[in-house]
Amino acid sequence: MFKILRDLLRYNREFAAGVALLGVVILIGAASFFSPYPAADSFVVPPDLAPSWPHILGTTSRGQDVFWQLAFAIRNTLLFGFSVAILSRLISLVVGLVAGYASGIVDRVLMSITDSFIVIPLFPILVMFYFVMRERMSWAWLALAMAAFGWAYDARLIRSVALSLRTREFTQTSIFSGMSMRQILVEEHLPYVLPIVFSTTMNNINWSIGLEVTLSVLGFTNVDTPTIGMMIYWANQHTALVAGVWWWIAFPVALVVITFIGLFLLAVSMNEYIDPRSRLARMGE
Amino acid sequence: MRAYSLYLFRRLTQFVLVVFIGMNIAYAVTHSTPIDPVEQTISAATSFGSTSPDVIAKMRQSLRELYGLQGSPWQQYAAFWKRVAAGDFGPSLSAFPTPVSELIARAIPWTAGLLTVSTLLSWALGNLLGGLAGYYRQSSLLRVAGVVAMGLHPIPYYIVAFALLIVFGFVWPVLPITGGAEMNLAPGFGIAFVESVVVHSILPVASLVLVGLGGWFMGMRSLVSNIVSEDYVIYAELAGVDRRRILISYVMRNALVPQVTGLAMSLGAIFNGAIITEQVFGYPGIGSLLVGAVHAGDYSLLLGITAVSIVAVSAAVLLIDLLYPLLDPRVKIG
Repeated sequence: MFKILRDLLRYNREFAAGVALLGVVILIGAASFFSPYPAADSFVVPPDLAPSWPHILGTTSRGQDVFWQLAFAIRNTLLFGFSVAILSRLISLVVGLVAGYASGIVDRVLMSITDSFIVIPLFPILVMFYFVMRERMSWAWLALAMAAFGWAYDARLIRSVALSLRTREFTQTSIFSGMSMRQILVEEHLPYVLPIVFSTTMNNINWSIGLEVTLSVLGFTNVDTPTIGMMIYWANQHTALVAGVWWWIAFPVALVVITFIGLFLLAVSMNEYIDPRSRLARMGE
Repeated sequence: MRAYSLYLFRRLTQFVLVVFIGMNIAYAVTHSTPIDPVEQTISAATSFGSTSPDVIAKMRQSLRELYGLQGSPWQQYAAFWKRVAAGDFGPSLSAFPTPVSELIARAIPWTAGLLTVSTLLSWALGNLLGGLAGYYRQSSLLRVAGVVAMGLHPIPYYIVAFALLIVFGFVWPVLPITGGAEMNLAPGFGIAFVESVVVHSILPVASLVLVGLGGWFMGMRSLVSNIVSEDYVIYAELAGVDRRRILISYVMRNALVPQVTGLAMSLGAIFNGAIITEQVFGYPGIGSLLVGAVHAGDYSLLLGITAVSIVAVSAAVLLIDLLYPLLDPRVKIG
């Protein structure tokens, strides 16, 4: 495991760049634990200061230090992305592995449901969810709602791998040696699909953060939890761009773009690592 | 022929299932909340001044009917489906007494037009560039195009749209950044109106295409670079078939099949993106209507939009599925 990681870091430029970018982002997020100001407090520093020492990224019109605000925001945003990814991974693993292994009618039913979840336009439903929840709409509820939708595409992917695993000899051996379906899926098939799960996790985090930012920017989430989207929302509320407080918008946008590119590079390099054809092409270079 | 009708039957069943699941989610979301939507609407309406209890009682009654909170759960469920089947979501609360269906019908052409143009454009462009990049691997120009497309791909719609808005709205204001057409023009097929619509759609379409391009590009490139090493392609090359012909009818033709499936699968996501684009550029389509409905607390309009968008997206997927046999004749033969 460590050897693979070390080799990836050494030979795969995309992977190294992705790790470096995400490292920076996580460091900024971790810095929030040392923040001199509580996250929710406003007017703790002079408002509208341009980036300079000691407020290196400037201050907002609400009297908050952009850097510390950003640290809280990226921490919450990353946590949000990870929770959605982990929850939805669980669903997609169960559905994908069971459908691939069971095949036949079970497979067909599960895949019809999966296809429906892929197609259903999520945004109006999430907006409706916000509409009925209003003040009670919290970070955790949104994560649950998005995990309930974010599993479908990857379940299809996992199922296609599980389908081919089913016909492999070791599956037959496991059946004959009396392993239960659950045992076969967890002990025999799961290790084979884990690399794919890892790469889809990155894409899923990207997807969920993207939707969270979008919903927040429109004001459709809890406005009290600082996230990247919420920062942009408040900046827009104070017409930061027109007022010339560009740093209030530019830095959150830059940081979220860095996060996206980092996660995306990790996913791409993992895909390349998984696909033997591109690994051969790399060795030939 | 039997295989084809079986295929049609399966697709139609899938369509019904998508609509059924989607509507049930919509129903569950609206009916399983800890908050009473009726009391909430009433408290929002009465917070601006004192209203007599008599009027409030009347309001409560009509809202309960509208939200479908009368009778047993089964009756509520049946009433919900009756409304959906009839396409009747009652009058809009924010634009009273205009029916919800009329508001939606007015907004749909804008969204449908925007989506059709930008989806087809990014799909065609992404596949063309991706196919070329997969086939001519040495071209440095195509490599640069690949880096740009892939770099834009992971950035969310909102940020790209917002960047375009800043560049063309404040830095270099040459394009209209808001609205669907000039205010003072009468809708119709006159040259001035059409031209205005086209000019207004440049930025929204550009933002959707920029973000959508990368996915198709990467998919097509990896598909093509796998197909290039297939025996029949190598055979064609050895036999001296024109390279352009190999690319178009040997390689791209085969790679297109999974890409069409991909298009059908991603329609829901494309629709999500279009809603945000509309909001950013003030485009008078479904997305703007949706956001407006939330801000105005218009429940019936919100439910109507959700229902219509579920049906519309799954109908579009069905359409792609029905055209699929044209591209992949194996479906017809079975």
